[in-house]
Amino acid sequence: MRRSHPLTYLTLVAVAFFSAFPIYWSVIVASHDNAALAEVPPPLLPGGNFFANVRRVFDTAPFALALLNSFVVAGSITVSVMFFSTLAGFAFAKLRFRGRNVLLLMTVVTMMVPTQLGIIPLYMLMIKLEWTGTMYAVIVPALVNAFGVFFMTQYLSRALPTELLEAGRIDGCSTARLFWHVVVPAARPAAAVLGMLTFMTAWNDYFWPLVVLTPDNPTVQVALSQLASGYVRDFTLGLTGTAVATLPLVLIFVLLGKQIIGGIMQGAVKG
Amino acid sequence: MATPRGAATRGPGRRSRLHRLDLRVSPYAYVAPFFLLFAAFGIFPLVYTAWVSLHDWNLLSSDNPFIGLDNYTALFADGYFWNAAFNTLSIGVLSAVPQLLLALLLAHLLNRPLRAQTLFRITLLLPNVTSVVAVVVIFSQLFGRDFGLINMVLDWLGFGRINWQAGVATSHVAIAVMIMWRWTGYNALIYLAAMQAVPKEIYEAATLDGASSLKQLWSITLPMIRPTVIFTVIVTTIGSMQIIAEPLLFGAQVSNGAAATGGTDRQFQTLALYLYEKGFRSFEFGYASAAAWVMFLLVVVVVGVNYLVVRRMRGGLDA
Repeated sequence: MRRSHPLTYLTLVAVAFFSAFPIYWSVIVASHDNAALAEVPPPLLPGGNFFANVRRVFDTAPFALALLNSFVVAGSITVSVMFFSTLAGFAFAKLRFRGRNVLLLMTVVTMMVPTQLGIIPLYMLMIKLEWTGTMYAVIVPALVNAFGVFFMTQYLSRALPTELLEAGRIDGCSTARLFWHVVVPAARPAAAVLGMLTFMTAWNDYFWPLVVLTPDNPTVQVALSQLASGYVRDFTLGLTGTAVATLPLVLIFVLLGKQIIGGIMQGAVKG
Repeated sequence: MATPRGAATRGPGRRSRLHRLDLRVSPYAYVAPFFLLFAAFGIFPLVYTAWVSLHDWNLLSSDNPFIGLDNYTALFADGYFWNAAFNTLSIGVLSAVPQLLLALLLAHLLNRPLRAQTLFRITLLLPNVTSVVAVVVIFSQLFGRDFGLINMVLDWLGFGRINWQAGVATSHVAIAVMIMWRWTGYNALIYLAAMQAVPKEIYEAATLDGASSLKQLWSITLPMIRPTVIFTVIVTTIGSMQIIAEPLLFGAQVSNGAAATGGTDRQFQTLALYLYEKGFRSFEFGYASAAAWVMFLLVVVVVGVNYLVVRRMRGGLDA
C-alpha cells in the first residue's frame, strides 16, 4: 500500500482550513460589534456580543416566524419526498408494468432540465391558485422530484431481494402489504439519506421563495437576505442572522455527517 | 412473475380477480402521485413557457395579444442580454474549471490511507451545507472594500485595496470564488466515490513500474473514472448557466436597489438574473419567457460542446 506523504496532509489541512474559515469568521463577526471589524489586525477569537446580536436580529426581522416557516416547509417537503420517492421507486425497481421503461427514462431526462426555465408560468399558476405569499406556493411544487425517484429506484433495485417479494406474494400479500412490511423496512437507510439531502435543499432554497413570498411572511433564507441588504451597512447584524440560519443545519450535519457523505457518494456512482 | 400468478389462480374467484386487479393497477397507482404532481408543477410550466413567449404578456394587462417571434427579435437586439450571456460564460468558466481540477486533485489525495479521513471529508463538505445566502453574506463581508478581510490582507502585503464589486473581472472572480468555495468539496467526494471503485492492484503495479503519483492520476485514475467526470462536467455546466442567487445578493449587499441589474453597470448580471429582472421586476412575462427559452437552448449547446470536449479527451488519455 502507498504511504501518505506529509505534503498530502499539509495540502488537505490547508484546504480544510479554507473550507471552515469563512464559517468561523461569520461566528467571529457575529460575536463582536461593528466597531471591532474596523480594527487592524481584526479580531480572530469570538467575542462576547453574540446573544445581544441575536436579540437584535429577532427585533429587526421576523426571524422567529421565518424559522418556523422554514421548519414547516422543509419538514413537509422531506416527508413527502421520502414517501412518494419510495413508492414510485419500488414500482420502478420491482414491479412490472407496461410503459415502465419509458416513464423511468422520462424521469431521468427531466432531471437534466433546469427547472428555472418554467419559473414564469409557475408564478402565474401560483397567482391563479391565490397561493402567492403563502407556504403552499413553496411546499406544493417541491412535494416530489425526479432525483428522489431515481435515487430510490437505484437503491431498491440493488438492495431489495426479489425472492423476498415473491415469498410475500405466495403468502397472499397484496402489493400494499408488501410495500409496508417488506419494502419500507428495506428502503429505510436510503430514504434517510434522501430525507437529509432533501431537508438541506429545502432549508437552503432561496430563489423561488424570494419570488413567491412576501417580506412579512418569509422563509429563513428570504429573511436573511433582507436582513443583510438593508440600507445601513450592518455586517454584524447580517452575519449574526447567517449564524442563526445556518446553525440548525450545521448541527444536523455534524451529527449525521457520515451518513450524508455516504449518501452523496452512493448517489454519485450511477453505473 | 410466474409464481404469484400461479398462486392466484388457485384461490377462489373473487379473491383472484382482486389479486389480478392489484397486480395490474398497483404499479400505476404507485407512480401516479409523482407523475401527477410533477406534470402540474414541473412539466406544464416548462412547456407553457414557450406559449407565453409568443405573446405580449404582462402581469397587469387584461388581454395578451399574440405577437409571434417579436419577443425573440427584441431579445437578440438587446445589448444587455448579450452582456448577461457574456457574464454567465465568464463566471461559469472562472468557477467551473478550477473547481473541477481542484476537486480531482483533492479526491486523489483523499483516495489513500489517511488519518482523520472522516474529519477531512466532513470539513470539505461543510461549505455545501451552508446556504447560498449565507455564503454571499459572508463573502461580501470578506470581499468588502473598506472593512473586508481580504483587502486588509492585500493592503498589509502591499498590494493595495481592490474594489471587488466595481470591475468586470474582479467581480467575476469574487463570485467565482463563492461558487468554488461551495462546490469544490462536493465534487471531490463524488470523484472520490468513483476512484474507490478502481482496483488497487493497478496502482500497485504502476508504483512498481516507478510511475509518480500525478502520473497515476493522469494515466490510470482519469480514464477509469471518465463517466463520473463527464457527469460532473454536465451537472456543473447546467448549474453554471443558472447562476442567480450569488450575483443577485452580491449586488444587494453592495449597491442598494441595483440588485437585479447585477451591479451599477450590469458588470455581473448573469442570464438568470436578466430573466429575473424582466420577469419579476418589470413583470414582462412574455419577454422573460422568451429569454428563458433562449437560455435553455444555450444550456443545451454549452452542455453538448462540453460533452464532446470531455469525450474527445479520451483519445488523448488513452494514447
